[in-house]
Amino acid sequence: MKWAPALFGLLALALWEAAVRIGDVPVYILPGPIAVASAFVADPVGLLQSLASTLFVTFAALLVAAVLGVAMAVGMSASRLAQAAIQPWAVALQVTPLPAIAPLIIIWVGEPFAALVVCATIIAFFPLFANTATGLASPPPELNDLFRLYGASRWRTMALLRLPAALPYFLSGLRISGGLALVGAVVAELVAGTGGFASGLAYRILEASFRLEMPRMFAALFLLALAGILLNFGLGAAGQAILRRRGLA
Amino acid sequence: MLTIGHVGRRFAGGVEALRDTSLRLTEGDFVALLGPSGCGKSTLLRLIAGLDQPDDGALTWDGRPPAAGDIGYVFQDATLLPWATAEDNVFLPLRLRGQGRDDAMPQVHAVLRRVGLAGFEKSRPRQLSGGMRMRVSIARALVTRPRLLLMDEPFAALDEFTRHKLQADLLEVWRDAGCTVVFVTHSIYEAAFLARRIVLMTPRPGRIDREITSTLTQSPQTRLDPAYAALVAETTRGMESALQ
Repeated sequence: MKWAPALFGLLALALWEAAVRIGDVPVYILPGPIAVASAFVADPVGLLQSLASTLFVTFAALLVAAVLGVAMAVGMSASRLAQAAIQPWAVALQVTPLPAIAPLIIIWVGEPFAALVVCATIIAFFPLFANTATGLASPPPELNDLFRLYGASRWRTMALLRLPAALPYFLSGLRISGGLALVGAVVAELVAGTGGFASGLAYRILEASFRLEMPRMFAALFLLALAGILLNFGLGAAGQAILRRRGLA
Repeated sequence: MLTIGHVGRRFAGGVEALRDTSLRLTEGDFVALLGPSGCGKSTLLRLIAGLDQPDDGALTWDGRPPAAGDIGYVFQDATLLPWATAEDNVFLPLRLRGQGRDDAMPQVHAVLRRVGLAGFEKSRPRQLSGGMRMRVSIARALVTRPRLLLMDEPFAALDEFTRHKLQADLLEVWRDAGCTVVFVTHSIYEAAFLARRIVLMTPRPGRIDREITSTLTQSPQTRLDPAYAALVAETTRGMESALQ
């Protein structure tokens, strides 16, 4: 059972290769897996450097989104006024399509790396913010009463009750936002790439598509998918380890 | 210790939880507030704890009003911090009062021993049974050596065997600690077994209908004692009258 996904993947690759060969599909329409692997082997350093660049943007955005998300959720849970002021804007930010605003952000921010991080942060922010806010409100009223009974200040209640209670929610949000930060980084790189900023795997995809180098384009796509899977599993495993250590899993 | 004078409490939506409720608590009392669900028992407990304020009447403390730690509160659920060990849960009230961990630990371990949890100091709530979690909750309420212990149906969710054991243990703790206990319950048997004073409340809006004084000497054999059966019968008759 453990090997089922890998075996299924191998079978799908074999069928794909067979279909391409039997159907004599031109490589500029659909390259087979062997051609894709050959394209990767031809320039592994270039593709991996681009992957590193995309991941750097992804992690930077995830960090900024985590700091901003937690800070705004804490601010919102501490004050009804802040909640009334922040919540509609957070929702507005979530529903605004990034491809529509990315060109503006890239022009306004100017510095390319910072612009990519801003774009990816916008996408990654909401799950972290919403999950943390839900977690901060999750302790039962009895525990809040207990802290009041013992004269705990609002910030002490935050530190000893609400923030620890929000940890599982935050970690769950982090896992969702990890994938979204990667998507945001790729979208931003695509927009920036069309403007001439040559960086990241998305730019390699764009470049390969302009040159009809479909095997290289697929190699970059595979790397992106692999990065997304590893990011998801990595953040999930790290979250589980933290929760186990805290006695919550 | 505390005089509750003509207290009333109404909630939004016009729900009147308590009306003209008066009661006097004296040092060392064990008072059971007995009544059907929704009769304002828990509301009265929250007013006593200072977690809510009455719309009418007043609560007047003899001498100085209670400081943080003078009142212990045990809820229906154990309501422990799931990420904290038993000793850290019990340490919490002392920590909130600013006491250092090293300084507090002997006191924390002593109270955990007192409630029968020696050896479980490092256990987290999910590793403990329902009865053990409730013991941690009681230890947390006792660790500050409160003058007044408020208990809101603490054993309602436990099985009968565990409930009987915890009731007997609670009586021992009460005798040792010498604090005043106000115990909310809707079980006539529980009220008759535990309390020196059984206060019967009417359905909403809650009022105190009457009070029954117990002269039982509680022991493991009490439940087989004809005097206990007579007290249960008297309380049942009183409750039936209060419900009409």
